[in-house]
Amino acid sequence: MSEKESQRKPGMSRRRFLTYTIASTGGFLASGVLYPMIRFAVDPLLQKGTETEFEDVGPVEEFGKEPKKVEFFIKRKDGWYQKEGGEKATAWVLKIGGEILALSPICKHLGCTVKWEGGGFQNQFYCPCHGGLYTKDGINVPGTPPNAPLDTYETKVEGGRLLLGPIKQRGGGA
Amino acid sequence: MLKAAYEWLDKRLDITPMWRDIADHEVPEHVNPAHHFSAFIYCFGGLTFFIVVIQILSGMFLTMYYVPDIENAWKSVDYLQNEIAFGQIVRGMHHWGASVSIVMLFLHTLRVFFTGSYKHPREFNWVIGMLLFFTMLGLGFTGYLLPWDNKAYFATKVGIEIAASVPVIGSALATFLQGGEVVGAQTLARFFALHVFFLPAALLGLMGAHFFLIRKQGISGPL
Repeated sequence: MSEKESQRKPGMSRRRFLTYTIASTGGFLASGVLYPMIRFAVDPLLQKGTETEFEDVGPVEEFGKEPKKVEFFIKRKDGWYQKEGGEKATAWVLKIGGEILALSPICKHLGCTVKWEGGGFQNQFYCPCHGGLYTKDGINVPGTPPNAPLDTYETKVEGGRLLLGPIKQRGGGA
Repeated sequence: MLKAAYEWLDKRLDITPMWRDIADHEVPEHVNPAHHFSAFIYCFGGLTFFIVVIQILSGMFLTMYYVPDIENAWKSVDYLQNEIAFGQIVRGMHHWGASVSIVMLFLHTLRVFFTGSYKHPREFNWVIGMLLFFTMLGLGFTGYLLPWDNKAYFATKVGIEIAASVPVIGSALATFLQGGEVVGAQTLARFFALHVFFLPAALLGLMGAHFFLIRKQGISGPL
């Protein structure tokens, strides 16, 4: 079998051997130049995100059944840039059956910012970009663009003060 | 696989004659280091081109992180060099390549000068070569400011003062380079523009003309 095989294919020609040798040497040298540059460019894909710390947003008793907008500042380093005093973040905070719910205002459709009772929509969160709607507890309204409920901040109560931490996704939704 | 893909393309685009035209050309014996080792001096032009390719590639990658703004330029360079994988290597390529390209360019110029290759009918290609030389010096000068450290700042101050000493047009030239009333935000922005858009465009155009002429006129004869 192998004899027949070798008869049909006589050994590699000198020209082909040289082509392969030169191509692989060239390829090796080129990859030595290109590898560092490509690894440099894709570094953001391989970087770990920063840990988010809990931030104080005020006394717990300030929050009731109506979503209330709170603004706070998170410390985050964006490459070489870190905003003095932190990056502004917003949460819509309400109490549902004694539980604190802190909703992220980032629309789950394409990332615009939602507003409680924006655009004249009563008792709903409204996103102005494509008309996304969410109920009071952040569940997306069927028939509007978003396909998941609003994300929530991790919450913690310490000494009567509400602290907000990292954003987490919720399952379910309409 | 590769061969089939090539043939598929070739059938439609007829690319073989194109690259044959570029790749297949006589290499005279007197410029081939395999025949006379001293012919390695004929490699400096090609080496310059090779370094320029590395400069363009590494420069393109550096602009993924660099920002030409006086508040952030130094910080972004510090960040890309120390916190991004291979940052030191990529910046190092661009930093050392800048010097190596000038050295290679200079050696190439010396070779052309001492072999008399600039003579008739190649005078025009010598002129293009000189324009390339000044373009490369311009790239070196404008690139030097971009890290916005002390060395960059004072080198540029000195360079602008030198430009100002040119007769007649000196002060206009200095103002053009500096952009604003001080070496500052506007200087950095325009040096960046010159360094990544205007001068590379000029460099590519001139290199195209340089290579076109060398192919058209052939390599000069032996000494």
